Amino acid sequence: MSAEAAVKIVTEHSPEEIARVKEWINTEEYKEKNFAREALVVNPAHACQPLGAQMVATGFAGALPFIHGSQGCASYFRSTFSRHFREPAAATCDAMTEDGAVFGGQNNLFEGLENAYALYKPKMIPVFTTCMPEVIGDDLTAFIKNAKLQGHLPEEVPTPYANTPSFNGSHIHGYDSMLKSILETLTEGKSIEGKCTGKLNLIPGFDGNTGNLREYKRILELFGIPYTLMADISEVFDTVCDGTYRLYPGGTKLEDAAESVNGKVTIALQKYSTTTTMKWIEETYTGEKVTIPMPFGIKKTDAFLMKLSELFGKPIPEKLKEERGLAVDALTDAHQYLHGKKFALAGDPDYLIGLVSFLLEMGAIPYHILCSRTTKKFEKEMKALLATSPFGAQGKVYINKDLWHMRSLLVTDPVDGIIGDTHAKWAARDARIPLFRIGFPIIDRVNLHRNPVVGYQGAVNILTMIANKFLDIKDETCEDQWFEMMR
Amino acid sequence: MSERKPIAGVTKEKTEKLIKETLAEMPAKAAKKRAPHLGANEPSASPCAVKSNKKVVPGVMSQRGCAYAGAKGVVWGPIRDMVHVSHGPIGCGVYSWGTRRNLMQGIPGVTSFPMDFTSDFQERDIVYGGDKKLEKLLQEADELFPLNKGMSILSECPVGLIGDDINAVAKKMEAELGKLVVPCNCEGFRGVSQSLGHHISNDSIRDHIIGKFAFPDPVGPYDVALIGDYNIGGDVWAAKPILEEIGLNVKSVWTGDGEVEKIGATHQVKLNLIHCYRSMNYMCKVMEEKWNIPWLEYNFFGPTKIEESLRAIAERFDDTIKANVEKVIAKYKPVMQTVLDEYKPRLEGKTAMLFVGGLRPRHTIGAYEDLGIQITGAGYEFAHQDDYDRTAPEMARGTLIYDDVSEFELEKFVEELKPDLVGSGIKEKYVFQKAGIPFRQMHSWDYSGPYHGYEGFKVFARDVDMAINSPTWKLVKSPF
Repeated sequence: MSAEAAVKIVTEHSPEEIARVKEWINTEEYKEKNFAREALVVNPAHACQPLGAQMVATGFAGALPFIHGSQGCASYFRSTFSRHFREPAAATCDAMTEDGAVFGGQNNLFEGLENAYALYKPKMIPVFTTCMPEVIGDDLTAFIKNAKLQGHLPEEVPTPYANTPSFNGSHIHGYDSMLKSILETLTEGKSIEGKCTGKLNLIPGFDGNTGNLREYKRILELFGIPYTLMADISEVFDTVCDGTYRLYPGGTKLEDAAESVNGKVTIALQKYSTTTTMKWIEETYTGEKVTIPMPFGIKKTDAFLMKLSELFGKPIPEKLKEERGLAVDALTDAHQYLHGKKFALAGDPDYLIGLVSFLLEMGAIPYHILCSRTTKKFEKEMKALLATSPFGAQGKVYINKDLWHMRSLLVTDPVDGIIGDTHAKWAARDARIPLFRIGFPIIDRVNLHRNPVVGYQGAVNILTMIANKFLDIKDETCEDQWFEMMR
Repeated sequence: MSERKPIAGVTKEKTEKLIKETLAEMPAKAAKKRAPHLGANEPSASPCAVKSNKKVVPGVMSQRGCAYAGAKGVVWGPIRDMVHVSHGPIGCGVYSWGTRRNLMQGIPGVTSFPMDFTSDFQERDIVYGGDKKLEKLLQEADELFPLNKGMSILSECPVGLIGDDINAVAKKMEAELGKLVVPCNCEGFRGVSQSLGHHISNDSIRDHIIGKFAFPDPVGPYDVALIGDYNIGGDVWAAKPILEEIGLNVKSVWTGDGEVEKIGATHQVKLNLIHCYRSMNYMCKVMEEKWNIPWLEYNFFGPTKIEESLRAIAERFDDTIKANVEKVIAKYKPVMQTVLDEYKPRLEGKTAMLFVGGLRPRHTIGAYEDLGIQITGAGYEFAHQDDYDRTAPEMARGTLIYDDVSEFELEKFVEELKPDLVGSGIKEKYVFQKAGIPFRQMHSWDYSGPYHGYEGFKVFARDVDMAINSPTWKLVKSPF
């Protein structure tokens, strides 16, 4: 439009036109057009690598996450964590600007490390990148080496680093890269031939549910298995309010992480967010290494406990056997409220595998299963899981699709509820179905991250949340003659 | 303006000592860089001695965002009938999706677009460039969301670094689609804060939108526009009715719940009323120079400032409006008195410290003072010299002024001044709450609002009282 272009009169859409489009976006025709999209992404349910890296970096005692890149990114990650956990999320950044784009970010890194170390006295500074230094090709290896050589940071401060550009993978990959780098750095030279700490290294994967991590620890304590929980954010992103702000409230002890290389067993509870780390651990760590699915529902919790029992030669604790019985009691009591109910799901790959497994156990139908950034390998694994149950027969898997695709699915082929994080609330509202908030981030409800969704207790929690919501809906919407005291 | 009454225990000497002690804990070079940004208030000093709008000191925990955040989150995002494309990798679009609470009318996905549209750049886009993808993306967006009144392209860091030409794509697609396609080169690495993002966005609105449309009805003597209100928690919906009640016609709003074509016709109004001076003064100046439209700053936080502002607005119009203003003030006086009667007894004599964006610290002072609360410290994430010059007279002598304050510094200041309330952002909220200090998020009204206008003051008073007097704070210290 040239500057001289004719001035247009302000227009309004006619009510008929609005009504037409409003209906049209709920049609099969629209769905087809929507699924034909090649370039546009609308309402994706994934975040970027450095966010995951920050989660890992936060999970080590005395560690100060350090973002090499532009200031805005740091602000976004910190806000996201604070919104989800309702906790402080300390991290610092070297605030690269235009001159960084021209001259590189080495000077920012030098000055940043110096100030961060002096002000916040961290025990470790995990460094990770945003897009900017990745695009201009900053060499972190050299920069960090130079920073120490030139005295900007004492040689002995561990400074693991990871390249985590937003244009690769998603938050779970940043988690993976940063964790590998931290373990690599801390365990260097710590491997001792023939030494075994007798401990379990447990890697939970990208998990915004602090209750899950606490549940893992409780289970291991019941077993009497000594453990190191890696990147333990449960004491960092779920802390006491007692009148004192603590910059470093908890996290995996650095010496424990260093010793993990001589552990008896290493278990990863998420496959897709620990691929690189576990590959490296396979090559480096002594002891046994296993990756098993997150213990969602009864069977996957059974498998987790049996694995622990087998690996450590300890019987399943009576207390957990009782908990299993109680959970199964709850599931059988309430099976009728979930049986045959159709669900849509959106989330991270490892969460989806676990949740689908739970739904199949309940006789519920995982129907639309969507992951907004993942691989064919995940699709294959999900399909195989669905094939294990008649309740999985109707399940369809959508990879690298977003929540606007999901909306089309929900309005053309309805379900009873959707499981996902807060981002799914728009699609849920348009489809007039409840959203069961499981995943990350949950920024519009309180305390959900404190309730475990894994283990036997987690199964009861999910069941309670879903079944009671369906009962609420029935009570709120049924006609008077169907309004009953008992449900 | 008369000077603020002094605050007990606050003196220039004490404040300067506190600043000195805080700086002493920092490395020499960082302390030297930070020193000019901290000061004790001198109400009559002009210019205000505190320096601003400089680079963040690397390694200190700054609360600042970036140019993209200013462009997408603040200026463009709230325009409800456009598709705003976050062009680049996934992160920026996701984190800025729905997190600023700029409410909008309309049917989501049909006539309003409070969504995350992104090109979700992958490595191949960085290597080969994203221009082709952008063209395709805009076509797809227009096809799937046909009632959009235009599209904006907000570029993220990599787009500028690899040298993609979004301006050329926008020009081409505007011709092809026959509707507004506006490029905004707001890469996050540009400038030192959100502020440059506002400026870049304003420039793109100036170049691509304003003057391109006209209102269908003849222009009237009472036509005004609301500039720099982003409808956080419904603020616009509380401010607009007051202006309408005094007889003005609000023809367009920038940009909260805004409509692009009406924004494009703003050059026809008689007066621009600007709320967020920091983010939008550029536009008022442009319209003044090019179309001779006068502009006026106003402040709708708290009854005192509302009255002052309404009378100042009335001065720009005839006796009808002047009479209406007095009527409106008289009408709401008893309503506001009821609010004060309820809350002031519990809040009188309390103190608060503020650290927000580029406007609210100085604009909300009046509302706190209406409730009997004194402000002992104030500062901005991304203000400029003129903002601080406007702040100094609003603050009492010797109070703390801090620019781009780091978490380290703010903690020290709060520890020393022991305010009854801290008003700041989400990143600071839990730091202070853990320390047992009442807090309100003043970027987002802590999921409440509106805070503007008469309706807003009721909510503000309730929220401030709720925060300071919540019995939960008394539980923080355990009895054992």
